[in-house]
Amino acid sequence: MKVEQISIFIENKSGRLAEVSGVLGDAGINIRALSLADTSDFGILRLIVNDTDKAFNVLREHNFTVSKTEVIGVEVPDSPGGLSSLLQTLDKNNINVEYMYAFVERSGDNAVIIFRFDDVDAAIDVLTKNSIRVIEGKKLTSI
Amino acid sequence: MIWNDDFETLPREAIESLQLKRLQQTVERVYATVPFYQESFKKAGITPADIKSLADLQRLPFTLKQDMRDNYPYGLFAVPLEQIVRIHASSGTTGKPTVVGYTRRDIETWTELMARSFAAAGGNKGDVLHNAYGYGLFTGGLGAHYGAERVGASVIPMSGGNTKKQLMIMQDFGSTVLTCTPSYSLFLAEAATDEGIDIKKLKLKVGILGAEPWSETMRQEIEAKLNIKAIDIYGLSEILGPGVAIECIEAQNGLHIWEDHFIPEIINPETGEVLPVGEKGELVITTITKEGIPLIRYRTRDITRLIKEPCICGRTHARIERLSGRSDDMLIIRGVNVFPSQIESVLFNIEGVEPHYQLIVEREGNLDTLEVQVEVNEQTFSDEIKELQNMSNKIRKDIKDLLGVTCKVKLVEPKTIARSEGKAVRVIDNRKKSS
Repeated sequence: MKVEQISIFIENKSGRLAEVSGVLGDAGINIRALSLADTSDFGILRLIVNDTDKAFNVLREHNFTVSKTEVIGVEVPDSPGGLSSLLQTLDKNNINVEYMYAFVERSGDNAVIIFRFDDVDAAIDVLTKNSIRVIEGKKLTSI
Repeated sequence: MIWNDDFETLPREAIESLQLKRLQQTVERVYATVPFYQESFKKAGITPADIKSLADLQRLPFTLKQDMRDNYPYGLFAVPLEQIVRIHASSGTTGKPTVVGYTRRDIETWTELMARSFAAAGGNKGDVLHNAYGYGLFTGGLGAHYGAERVGASVIPMSGGNTKKQLMIMQDFGSTVLTCTPSYSLFLAEAATDEGIDIKKLKLKVGILGAEPWSETMRQEIEAKLNIKAIDIYGLSEILGPGVAIECIEAQNGLHIWEDHFIPEIINPETGEVLPVGEKGELVITTITKEGIPLIRYRTRDITRLIKEPCICGRTHARIERLSGRSDDMLIIRGVNVFPSQIESVLFNIEGVEPHYQLIVEREGNLDTLEVQVEVNEQTFSDEIKELQNMSNKIRKDIKDLLGVTCKVKLVEPKTIARSEGKAVRVIDNRKKSS
């Protein structure tokens, strides 16, 4: 169910994002989804890629600080109110969202949202009980 | 091991009578041969005959680094150049370097004192010394070299730089003792990890580290990362080079200063007044056996205190406490005295934080600002912004609690703070340029 996301520490200085994407591009790695959280001094770039281990290693070799985090991809109806009902379900069941961002591609008719929960297993449990589709990690990176 | 039992365990009274005799000889000699001293003694209204006890030393004027610069290059030499067999010079980042000359007997003294120091650190014949202090004008390399050779160790004259080669030689030659700066020992450990070498499994057992101030917590870090005993050594080229004082491996608590060759005093750096034993202040050293360039009451700018209690190792020579900084490294930030070593110890006490840091001081309007740059590593990196912000808040709070100074903490990418292969650059003070 879970999918591994790569997080990279990036100082706020010009050209750093270009360097990360350059390193990944040269290694033939395709970025499937991304989000950038930033403060005045630094940012954290979070990525879902088609080859997590390779991306992790190649970034490390280039002296980036990298970590892997477990997230999940959830299918959400691509219609008004789709995301809202999903979030309400989570809220009712006391599942806390650390952060979330949208996936680039659709899965069939549905949009895909990447979630980071403080308790991933509990979140998967609530989602499956409420018939919300959690996408397999392997399937997600190959969409 | 005690290298020179006769001198290293001399009773206190015997040390002091030897000191007085040698001091009187030195004072007479510089008065007769060095115009600078003749003038400065006259100005102070004192002649060599006035030095009747060790307490009279206080009546003599200080010698400053500036005096050495003013007499560049040979003005303070007490012997003609024909008797000088070696010349060294300090790094001198600003202006002219300070130049020192050694007679044959000075080289012999240096070798003896460095042999004592090497033995006090646990070195012996059969050891393989990996000497990564720079060879050249800098006294570190050659100083350590001759002393260890005298004891009978196999000396590898590595010098600084070329870290990969250093690691290869360390591995292949079976180095047991490492001499370099503390920051370079950590740099070697980090480079070993990058190269896939487990530095802890090498034959290294002791590091004799010096040439820059370092904290007790940094010692613990070095000992854990390299699996060695880290011994603090003190020296400065003006006085001799490495081997002026060293910790014994038995106590690792204060550095024995070889009192049969040097007289240490601690003074208030502001007023110049001599402080009672045990109080912290600036270390002042008088050389009492040097021939080439004897120095009277040389102001080292290093901050420490004297320990006269006997040491468990059996050596009777007084100890100086691990240096807490240099009076000229001291930053005054919004009126508060800050030593880089204090900030270093705060960082070391935070789990996972690397010893790589830099302090940037600026002046905005009339206000000094301090920015502490700390590298993020895999251990401290969190995927969540709030965790990283918690870490930088903790650093800021701990610095504020310890020093009473508010600073800005900036987390930076790993390996962006320049690694030194010699002395680490810890402070960038941009105030001087603007004011």
